[in-house]
Amino acid sequence: MRNKTWGVIAAVVVLHVTLLFAGFVAPYDPAGQNRELPYAPPTRLHFHNGSGWHARPFVYRLTIGPDGYMEDKTIPFPVHLFPKGSAHKLLGLFDTTTHLFGVEPPATVALFGTDAFGRDEFSRVLYGGQISVAAGVVATLIALLAGGILGILAGYYGAWTDQSLMAGTELFLCLPWLYFLLGVRAFLPLHLSPTRTFFLLTCVIGLIGWARPARLVRGIVLSTRSRNYVLAANGFGASDLHVLRYHILPDVLGVLTTQATLLVPRYIAAEVTLSFFGLGVNEPMASWGNMLSSLQQYSVLVSYAWLLAPVGAVVVTSVTYALLADTVQSRLKFSST
Amino acid sequence: MKVITRLALLVCLLAGVCHATGPLPEKPNPGEELFRAEQVSGHYGGQLTIGGRAEPKTFNPVIATDAVSREVIGRLVADLIEINRASQQTEPALAKSWKTSSDGRVFTLQLRKGIRFSDGHGFDADDVLFSFAVHLNEKVDSPQRDLLIIDGKPIAVTKIDQYTVRFVLPRPYAAAERLFDGIAMLPKHLLEKPFREGKFVETWSLNTAPAAVAGLGPFRLKQYVPGDRVVLERNPYYWKADSRNQRLPYLDELTFLFVGTEDAQVMRFEAGATHMISRLSSENYNLLSRERSRSGAQLADLGPSLEYNFLLFNQNDLGTKKLDAIARKQRWFGDLKFRQAVSAAIDREAIVRLVYQTRGTALWGNVPPGNKLWINTNIPHPPKSLDSARQLLKSAGFSWNSAGQLLDSSGARVEFSIISSSSNTQRMKMATLLQDDLSHLGMQVHIVPLEFRALVDRVFQSFDYEAAIMGLGGGDADPNPEMNVWTSQGTSHLWHLNEAQPATAWEREIDGLMQQQMVTLDYARRKQLYDRVQQLIAEQLPFIFLATPNVLAAADARVANFHPAILDPYTLWNADELYIRTPIENAGVR
Repeated sequence: MRNKTWGVIAAVVVLHVTLLFAGFVAPYDPAGQNRELPYAPPTRLHFHNGSGWHARPFVYRLTIGPDGYMEDKTIPFPVHLFPKGSAHKLLGLFDTTTHLFGVEPPATVALFGTDAFGRDEFSRVLYGGQISVAAGVVATLIALLAGGILGILAGYYGAWTDQSLMAGTELFLCLPWLYFLLGVRAFLPLHLSPTRTFFLLTCVIGLIGWARPARLVRGIVLSTRSRNYVLAANGFGASDLHVLRYHILPDVLGVLTTQATLLVPRYIAAEVTLSFFGLGVNEPMASWGNMLSSLQQYSVLVSYAWLLAPVGAVVVTSVTYALLADTVQSRLKFSST
Repeated sequence: MKVITRLALLVCLLAGVCHATGPLPEKPNPGEELFRAEQVSGHYGGQLTIGGRAEPKTFNPVIATDAVSREVIGRLVADLIEINRASQQTEPALAKSWKTSSDGRVFTLQLRKGIRFSDGHGFDADDVLFSFAVHLNEKVDSPQRDLLIIDGKPIAVTKIDQYTVRFVLPRPYAAAERLFDGIAMLPKHLLEKPFREGKFVETWSLNTAPAAVAGLGPFRLKQYVPGDRVVLERNPYYWKADSRNQRLPYLDELTFLFVGTEDAQVMRFEAGATHMISRLSSENYNLLSRERSRSGAQLADLGPSLEYNFLLFNQNDLGTKKLDAIARKQRWFGDLKFRQAVSAAIDREAIVRLVYQTRGTALWGNVPPGNKLWINTNIPHPPKSLDSARQLLKSAGFSWNSAGQLLDSSGARVEFSIISSSSNTQRMKMATLLQDDLSHLGMQVHIVPLEFRALVDRVFQSFDYEAAIMGLGGGDADPNPEMNVWTSQGTSHLWHLNEAQPATAWEREIDGLMQQQMVTLDYARRKQLYDRVQQLIAEQLPFIFLATPNVLAAADARVANFHPAILDPYTLWNADELYIRTPIENAGVR
């Protein structure tokens, strides 16, 4: 049990730290076009050349031949650790040009291949992950904050507050959210910088998602409200704020934590969907959704399998969050029994 | 064993007879003046299916404006004089010959005798007069009407006798016989009544019974299944015959399947459900060519098309429209040096390589190299040069801040958005390349994908855009259809629509040159005038030309006489000559 918990926590930490340090882990600028290498397949890492085995992997430079890309095997380019490369901001604060790994130009190391503009797919998956996961997390926080507050109000005060708020949740729950999001995005102004689009997008996703957590929280507050210790506190003249803070919120927090781990992957999927349809984050910024949008073209889908890399990233992230949700839930059950 | 072989043969024969679903072609009448296509040979039978991207909107040839309707209707009707898509020259069609007066104003056309509409009714001069009356009618508002009105006066049509018609133009008009291509001849006996009653626009809609639609084209309407297909069958009275005097067309049926997108067209084609694709993107062309060894498909790369893709800056008079932000940026857009700098920074070779996979050509002028008769080959092709772009910007008063961002003379950051059609992946890719190219000059460019109609609305109506990537051209190789783009009054004078007066001296000069070439009959002199127009456009850059794609088409291995052309309709222009090879013939070909 304990081992599994630590395993899950380690996976979550590794995932987020990698994305947080995307600029460092990624060998290239995500918007940097290499117009000589469009749709290049993933670079092969070699450990063996004619003369023998090497501990340090190396790559060969790609050249375009009549049948597509070929490796120019005359010069091996070893993969270096901590080379200098394109400028980026570490954690968004410190300017640096150091990357985790890379090769000397003119060779390139594109672990997941390149896209139509010769941009490194691996670097874009990492930078795109920042956008997509951040969108998921921020939207979750917004949804839980709004849902939590409204749920507590509805559950604690009951009567018309409850009825009107719950009618609101019913309305939001029956909305076909994808079409609603498409509609809302279409109303937003066109001339938006990618950063603004990102914030608007997360707000919209988050604000639409408040209904489900609100109903859950309301249910918990309703049952907690009639417990003896709450009634006692009320009887001793405790203020509403005191009761909410010391007697009701602790019960609600557990539910909100589990909800958070369930909602993040859902909202990542929402961001991916919107960007896939061209309504989310725009070029040249990467997000997992807009990276996948080129696969809407049949010829790309059947010819360049490596462009499916963001799908792998979405799956890995969703599974990690699902495991986390599972762990959190079992820990909560464990602590309450 | 012998018995079995004979039985099998009999079954095959019977199957063949039962399979011939279309009406059999009529034997030529003695007095019938058929068009003899001497080069064409083939055999009867077979159905050809083609995947279309959308449904037609009407079967009425006079009011159809969209490409899909016109592609279907084009097989149902015929014109007096046609432009041969392969040679790009005019050739006799329903008119067997014509004479032009020495001043180029009077055309006398001799019609073919004894030919019939697809319902068996004869065709003569009265049908021609009626057809032109309909096309010129203001209420009908045909898209071809503008072409038939020269200097505000319509072309006058008179009947000399049952098979002779005279056309008088208000003034000499260059390449006037090309005007007749696209003016469909209509059956007076079917359409006169609705026309007199003012109901012409509603006739021959999608709900019309197929038998009520008749034309002079190689096929006639058999069936329309909404949302699924249009089936055409052989016109048994068609007026063309092949080298062996067999009446064309060879095909029993021609079916248009509505499949939605180009990708769906390709998938259906790969699956063998359709026989032909008219216009392919280079990606799909490469995909099909990789499978060629297995499928044996016929692929045609015809070289540069007549389409030109360009970057357009909004220089419209915004007047009372509340578009202050755009009006501010128009100071840059109106500056020739700014446009020249943008043009110099664009890597056109990369567009050809990355967007068209080398199946395209970079452009510096409005006439693509596919138009060999009219291109001005003296227009310079300067390669990408960031240095000259920077110098141009500097001389125009722009400067750079410490972060390398471009600032205008008032210190404002140079930032603008480019709109483009979200469904056109090739133009979206161009936008991404341009964004990167211009970022090297310190310009910040945002790409805004828009649904096509929203884009058209912004460019033509509301003027609420800063820059756009669009494409034009592809109709005819002649300069006359381009009048509406380059003359200041033109309806597609996109960078500055609705000019009361030519806004600049060079626009005034282009107006004069375009008018003059239209009334000049001598090709060499016209070419000289149009060369000057091209030179002015290349110098003044109202559009920044990017690239033109090649015309790419594909057909199943079984389709014979497949000769695609760079003029629209790329593959079906010779639908009457197409036929399906038998498996034995096909084995010989492969």
